[in-house]
Amino acid sequence: MKKTLIAASFLALSTGFAQAADYVIDTKGAHASINFKIQHLGYSWLTGRFNQFDGEFSYDAANPTSAKITVNIDPASIDSNHAERDKHLRSDDFLNVEKFKTAKFVSTKVEDKGDGKLAVHGDLTLHGVTKPVVIDAYKLGEGKDPWGGYRAGFAGTTTIALKDFGIDYDLGPASTHVELDLHVEGKKK
Amino acid sequence: MLKNTTVSWGRISRSLHWLSAVVVFGLFALGWWMVDLNYYSDWYKTAPHWHKSIGILLALFTLARVLWRLAQPTPKALGKSWEIAAAHLIHCLLYLLMLAIFFSGYLISTADGRGIEIFDWFTLPSMGELFQNQEDTAGDVHRWLAYCLIGLAVLHAVAALKHHIFDKDQTLVRMLRNTKSKDIQ
Repeated sequence: MKKTLIAASFLALSTGFAQAADYVIDTKGAHASINFKIQHLGYSWLTGRFNQFDGEFSYDAANPTSAKITVNIDPASIDSNHAERDKHLRSDDFLNVEKFKTAKFVSTKVEDKGDGKLAVHGDLTLHGVTKPVVIDAYKLGEGKDPWGGYRAGFAGTTTIALKDFGIDYDLGPASTHVELDLHVEGKKK
Repeated sequence: MLKNTTVSWGRISRSLHWLSAVVVFGLFALGWWMVDLNYYSDWYKTAPHWHKSIGILLALFTLARVLWRLAQPTPKALGKSWEIAAAHLIHCLLYLLMLAIFFSGYLISTADGRGIEIFDWFTLPSMGELFQNQEDTAGDVHRWLAYCLIGLAVLHAVAALKHHIFDKDQTLVRMLRNTKSKDIQ
């Protein structure tokens, strides 16, 4: 028995990557959100979110650098709580959602910054342009949920320049960058 | 004469017609221009506010106009029978397009539950979101029907000029001034 346990833990250590659990981001239960904020004239923050997205990630607390995440976003689901503005944001002045029907983030590398902090490097595709971005993320927690499942959750932020993604509508000097504020909770597959 | 007869348009119908014509073309031009305004333009907020306010007022005005039209006799249409049928069809389409444009415009601005403020006089309440992607779908409908309306209105004007210049009948003249039965060919 003891031998088996030792062998099992050895195996687990040697194949750390294979041990990483796969999670589906819980968009079904809306325990995840992709929020954004951008300054309005430099006087206040305008906030909004993307309502439709899905994704998955793999994560192993013992080996965070092997984590991977992919998120697909429907840019047409942008919601800033104002129909006329949302219509404008979907138009070719901004996201041009008729032409660019999908946006996504695919991680390429995860750095462990210690203390549960992670730097998630990846490629963000938005408005038909793919650029590398780094998300400053941290793990909130993981464990069993009350209904027989297992969950892990993270939060992260990154700032992108609209111009880098080919969006050049002039909103003024204070509003050239958008801060993305990401919250994901994954349910283990 | 304020009222219509079977040979002439009364002053009320003529005023309703020409005021409507001016406002429709004005709103089209305003709408065309305002959608490309720069964020820092002085008109960025004012132009859509006026477009919506005038549009809703024109909608109310048009309802009154249609009621007046239905309640009144109309002068006998002039021309060949196919011209009369075509004219009648286009008149109906002009009214229907206007009503559809008013309603689709209303649906754009009210898709998030906000009402439309008419010149800070009163607010027309929202009916809420009636269908998905309401502001986008209603926006496309609003734009394309406006193109159709302007196209048909131009055709309507060209036809009136054709009656005036080539047929030399009273079709256009009686929309400009009172006419008597002896003027009619």
